[in-house]
Amino acid sequence: MKRFLIFLPLCVAIVIGLAGWWGLNPDRDPNSIPSALIGQPVPDFDLPAIEGIGGLGLSTQDFGDGSGPILVNVFASWCVPCRAEHAVLTRMVREDNLALVGINYKDKPEAATAWLTELGNPYDRIGSDETGRAGVEWGISGVPETFVVDANGIIVFRFVGPITSDAALATLRKALAQAGADKS
Amino acid sequence: MIRLFIILIFMATSAAAVEPDEILSDPALEFRARDISANLRCVVCQNEPIDTSNSGVARDLRLLVRERLVAGDTDEQVYDYMVSRYGDYVLFNPPWKSTTYALWLAPFVIALLGGFCVIMVFRRSNVGPEGVATLTADEEDIFADVTKRNTDGTTL
Repeated sequence: MKRFLIFLPLCVAIVIGLAGWWGLNPDRDPNSIPSALIGQPVPDFDLPAIEGIGGLGLSTQDFGDGSGPILVNVFASWCVPCRAEHAVLTRMVREDNLALVGINYKDKPEAATAWLTELGNPYDRIGSDETGRAGVEWGISGVPETFVVDANGIIVFRFVGPITSDAALATLRKALAQAGADKS
Repeated sequence: MIRLFIILIFMATSAAAVEPDEILSDPALEFRARDISANLRCVVCQNEPIDTSNSGVARDLRLLVRERLVAGDTDEQVYDYMVSRYGDYVLFNPPWKSTTYALWLAPFVIALLGGFCVIMVFRRSNVGPEGVATLTADEEDIFADVTKRNTDGTTL
């Protein structure tokens, strides 16, 4: 028993050390929630286009046509980080030749139209989700959020928050590359 | 006065954020909705149930819970509906499955370890005096010799 007790301080130190190593890891975000939708097909939803902007709405049928990964961005004109993210997404669409669709979350059509007129519209399609119901189907907790849907219509990646940092952009690019590689 | 104050403190519960326009006309359904809402975590404020959260998503989810109940869902179906969109994370009462074994078993393991330590400590304090070894025959002789010499007044 006494011989065993000699190792007790060491064991305690190891436990505290491991807890600190896990808890103080800068890559660990205690607020992140695992998404239930990763690996699942795109949920059932059908959204009309934003009134006034024209263009096409967004629904489940727009995914899984086998043409390549699609980036789904949930945004709103009242969301300040979305404004910063908008420039990044616009550049990505231009440089990476990317399919980008939008879900306009809990926004007034006039406000969304004004926002897109001011900043430009990089989206191929935008679904207007005025009630936030489609947002619930996608399991979002706020805006902005971004999903990667692969060519088969399976959600493979989710990013909560604006894609403005280099690290965020790198993880998104990696997810897109992986989703594209799965197709071939 | 102080007693009343203490009683009032313990009676206090968090105020529900349910707004009048959300409340169902059927009291039985509303009761079930409140019950379910209290067990669903708000995904924005995270440590608050949707029943007391003022966030927009929480309101949407409260309305959705009521919508499902009116449509005739059982409580179980409503929970399943939420879990399929937001994961087990939305449940304040997580299910018993391989990823949550540690969560459910940890308190019992810690209680067992603690109990084990307590038992060991008590056992040792009882064992104490009896555990001291008695002198051997040779040591008894030396001891008798020393005491004899001391009483004789001779020094070593």
